[in-house]
Amino acid sequence: MPDTHHPVRYVAKNMRLDLRLIAEMVPHGQTVLDIGCGDGALLAHLSAEKGADARGIEIDMAQATQAVAAGLAVIQGDADHDLAFYPDGAFDYVILSRTLQAVERPREVLRQMLRIGRHAIVSFPNFGHWLLRWQLVSTGKMPVTETWHREWYETPNIHPCTIKDFFDLCALENYVIERWLAVDEQGLRAPWRRSPRLANLFGEQALFLLRRG
Amino acid sequence: MSAPVAPFPQVDHQRAVFEDGLALDCGTVLARHAVAYRTYGTLNAARSNAVLICHALTGDQYVAETHPLTGKPGWWDSVVGPGKPLDTDRYFLICANVLGGCMGSTGPREEMTDAEGRGMGRPWGTDFPNITVRDMVRQQKMLVDRLGIRRLLAVVGGSLGGMQALQWAACYPDAVYAAVPIATAAQHSAQNIAFDEVGRAAIHADPDWRGGRYWEDGRVPAQGLSVARMVAHITYLSEEALQRKFGRKLRGAQTLTLLEDVFEVQSYLRHQGSTFVRRFDANSYLTITRATDYLDIAAEHGGDLANAYRGSGTRFFVASFSSDWLYPTSASRSIVRALNAAAANVSFVEIASDKGHDAFLLEEPDFHRALGGFLAGCADRLGV
Repeated sequence: MPDTHHPVRYVAKNMRLDLRLIAEMVPHGQTVLDIGCGDGALLAHLSAEKGADARGIEIDMAQATQAVAAGLAVIQGDADHDLAFYPDGAFDYVILSRTLQAVERPREVLRQMLRIGRHAIVSFPNFGHWLLRWQLVSTGKMPVTETWHREWYETPNIHPCTIKDFFDLCALENYVIERWLAVDEQGLRAPWRRSPRLANLFGEQALFLLRRG
Repeated sequence: MSAPVAPFPQVDHQRAVFEDGLALDCGTVLARHAVAYRTYGTLNAARSNAVLICHALTGDQYVAETHPLTGKPGWWDSVVGPGKPLDTDRYFLICANVLGGCMGSTGPREEMTDAEGRGMGRPWGTDFPNITVRDMVRQQKMLVDRLGIRRLLAVVGGSLGGMQALQWAACYPDAVYAAVPIATAAQHSAQNIAFDEVGRAAIHADPDWRGGRYWEDGRVPAQGLSVARMVAHITYLSEEALQRKFGRKLRGAQTLTLLEDVFEVQSYLRHQGSTFVRRFDANSYLTITRATDYLDIAAEHGGDLANAYRGSGTRFFVASFSSDWLYPTSASRSIVRALNAAAANVSFVEIASDKGHDAFLLEEPDFHRALGGFLAGCADRLGV
């Protein structure tokens, strides 16, 4: 399995902003599953600040060990293989942060998330960003940016998508988009957030709150 | 092995004796029975800091002190002690010799009792009833009750000890705040049973076994028990660990002479076998290996392991080691998936190690950090 966190996590300051936006979407006292939870920063935050019963899945052994050592309920596992074992409706919120593009079967993972959770929170890097489009057009080569910083032959990000693609998938699967927003690399919301078309061009990261239709 | 090996010497063990009977899964009731145990640290006023450590097949209650028989350090010295993951400054640790064992708890080597609990002047030997891991846990529960502890902070154990931890959480969820099954399985695989059977067959094949009545003339089936230990010991180590430690090295020679060559690994296994027979009873070995073969927690709960833990408030930490082929990570993952299916609170890590099954007993810093952190988290939540 590819390591899913290194290409999509940045310096701690940025990470916290990203995770803070997710945390803002979770009300107090909920049961939460964070898939690809890394060392458990979001879990710790949700437990301490939101009174959540927060659990995590992390593919990387070292990070999972670190999270367990911090007293967090984290299992070493992955989104593609471990979600199927949870019962229906086991969680209020299931979170997949900057990992969707790296899983084997994104559509199935989303289905599982909304089977085991009442709500799903998904964030992913937007492949429709203007800089990526420009690089592909101008150089004729796979774009390499701060976000998409690995060569095509070694990236774990095997399923990149755009914000528009994600809207389409939600429509296809009949998911209700309760909230969505696009942010720049620093995790800051931008004025173009109301327009999907502009967001798809200028948003570096997208964040969706979904529920079953 | 030519000279007969005498039974190992009697040692006085700290024991709790119960007169109120223990009903076993096989239907037999042990009218009078005893648990030999050791404790470390101090039980707090709220009686909320007790951790039960469950030992493996050939372990015993001497988890963190010099063994009275072998003179060796405690079997989990690396994990138990002040400032260690099982911190004796913070927790009250209890370790009991399992039912069927041979370090003072009721078992084949202890005096047989009749239906009224009266001593019969001879050991149980092969008349000791077939027991299960659940029977071991039932007896431990009586000890924990006797110590005045209503809820254990944690039950921790590796291998057979992990099976006990799983069984504790299944039988007494309200008495177990956290369960830590390490390098274990919820049932024995065909391969596990097969290796156990080789060990038992070796004991049965020893002329000194005498149908299990070897105690009558003060002998022990040392050859058979030693072979059982040698086979089992191979399953505790990984191929890499054996290769790294011994390779094809010869004892006292550089090259093969084709005369009386002894490979280092041969000599090591012989040593393992011969020291084992000085501290372990053959009938106990048969009894306990059978108990591990019988274990099938899923079967006890309608064929689905998740049923054993549905609605459980126990927090679980499951750990496996990458090179353990006796209880491989896949066995731990099955436990984790069942716990997830039961919506239980579970942490799980597979620790990278080339030391095989025995890794849980050895210096594994990542494992120790995770174990210590998990327990400390539980203790913090309980305000211990």
